[in-house]
Amino acid sequence: MNIVVCVKQVPDTATERKLNAKDNTLDRDAADGVINELCEYAVEEALKIKEAHGGEVTVLTMGPGKATDTIRKALAMGADKAVHLVDDALHGSDALSTSYALAQTLRKIGFDLVVLGSESTDARTGVLAAMLAERLGVPQLTLAGKVDIDGSAIAIQRVTDYGFDKVEASLPAVVSVVEKINEPRYPSFKGIMAAKKKPVETLGIADAEIEAAQVGLGGAWSEVVEFAVAPPRAAGTIVKDEGDGGSKAAEFLASKKFI
Amino acid sequence: MAEILVLVEHIDGEVKKVTLELLTLARSLGSASAVWAGPGYSESARARLAEYGADKIYVAGSEEIVDYVVAPKAELLAQLVASASPAAVLVAATAEGKEVAGRLAIKTDSGVITDAVGLGDGFVAEQSIFGGGVNVRARAVKGTPIVAVRPNSTAPEASAGAGAEEQVTVALSDAAKGARVVERVKQEKGARPELTEAAIVVSGGRGVGSAENFAVIEKLADALGAAVGASRAATDAGWYPHQFQVGQTGKTVSPQLYIAAGISGAIQHRAGMQTAKTIIAINKDSEAPIFELADFGVVGDLHQIVPQLTEEVEKRK
Repeated sequence: MNIVVCVKQVPDTATERKLNAKDNTLDRDAADGVINELCEYAVEEALKIKEAHGGEVTVLTMGPGKATDTIRKALAMGADKAVHLVDDALHGSDALSTSYALAQTLRKIGFDLVVLGSESTDARTGVLAAMLAERLGVPQLTLAGKVDIDGSAIAIQRVTDYGFDKVEASLPAVVSVVEKINEPRYPSFKGIMAAKKKPVETLGIADAEIEAAQVGLGGAWSEVVEFAVAPPRAAGTIVKDEGDGGSKAAEFLASKKFI
Repeated sequence: MAEILVLVEHIDGEVKKVTLELLTLARSLGSASAVWAGPGYSESARARLAEYGADKIYVAGSEEIVDYVVAPKAELLAQLVASASPAAVLVAATAEGKEVAGRLAIKTDSGVITDAVGLGDGFVAEQSIFGGGVNVRARAVKGTPIVAVRPNSTAPEASAGAGAEEQVTVALSDAAKGARVVERVKQEKGARPELTEAAIVVSGGRGVGSAENFAVIEKLADALGAAVGASRAATDAGWYPHQFQVGQTGKTVSPQLYIAAGISGAIQHRAGMQTAKTIIAINKDSEAPIFELADFGVVGDLHQIVPQLTEEVEKRK
């Protein structure tokens, strides 16, 4: 089975994240880049599927040159090879542009199964997997808390507010996974060394037949008009519990008409 | 007035609160049209939607629309965008609502904004990003603006609309029938409101100490008619089910009141609750970052403070 796992490098959430005032895009130099946490679950799930059903796991990322760190991390976990879509023309792409660029690349490299994390910690749109399914015309198996494959049949448990839906489809398909679907493995020393020798193919937009007019800041379907650092919340009242902390909290709730 | 489509969120035939919020918001920008997808529509649903300002109600009651994941709702809305040429489409920024918005954006060649916490003239949306650290104003620049709005972004206000009903049939494409829902498994949720929709959320974290002790959090939540949430530390420890996790990798909530008990307030958690209108923090560590967000904070042992608060709430009912 040809499994492609899409990963994204995001700014470390433990550092201060910024937008760039020049063009209102993410300032990727302001913070350390790390693999998006939910992508680790996607890589793990892809590896588990390969281990159970055979095949090959290809890592696909779209991002600047420094995203190679994230590719190496996924390769060190055990993926076989990688494709890095990197082009200055992609800078500033929104979700629609990104889904278009990734869909074009997926068409080019081929796939039986595409696996993603359900959202990224930077943009947090949570729409990319659904958009890929739409663009590729394949079943959308998103928000999976469990994935089962039997031949070309695939079933997931789609996490919902009330519990989950059992969903069935046939491959090829796009799957997104939620946190806790599995326990992502730590790369071993051997894995880290092996990752350095695994093939990473670099593609530009022309290689993947991506039209420049549909990507980047100029091609995006949405724009950030302006942004501002959020003003700090007004300092609240902090009291020390002297045996009456609960009552004082109740008085506050009453003053705000909550009770 | 320009027509604005609002995709109705409903469960067991009941219109969810977030839809009333979206109708209120749509009314401030144009004429609100509700779109009902799937079975369960009734006269009481019609009355409810009209009460909150729906001038028009499109009803696509076919079972088929909910038999497949997300795609049929996007096809229904795309058909209405083509026939009614609305000024904008609003959906609730739930996990599924955002997916509908994403597919609709591709079908209609339109821009999409997710997790809006406000929406104004020109359909410029307000968003709060990076765990509440940055406020953004963004808009769609192509097609029909599609905006996914977070629950609790607007207070729902009744104001009667015409409520004219229009039946809609949609012929689903084969592509929309790729992922079939074969069973819906409802897990016990009790009488509490849904976490992402609740006006009040009471959350417990590491300081709660054990699964049994979460009863303290639940009692306060029940006294307030609130939903229960948990920090990642608490769900990772197995004290509370994972689907109640509030934070960066869990649910994002934006309630009127958020009570954080025994939660330190790491970015992981703040990213999921920072847009709450009023925040109360209870923690024994006076240096905990959660106090920087709190409108009211109590430094002390939650096992003493929370039961006392619960008792006071009960007394004042």
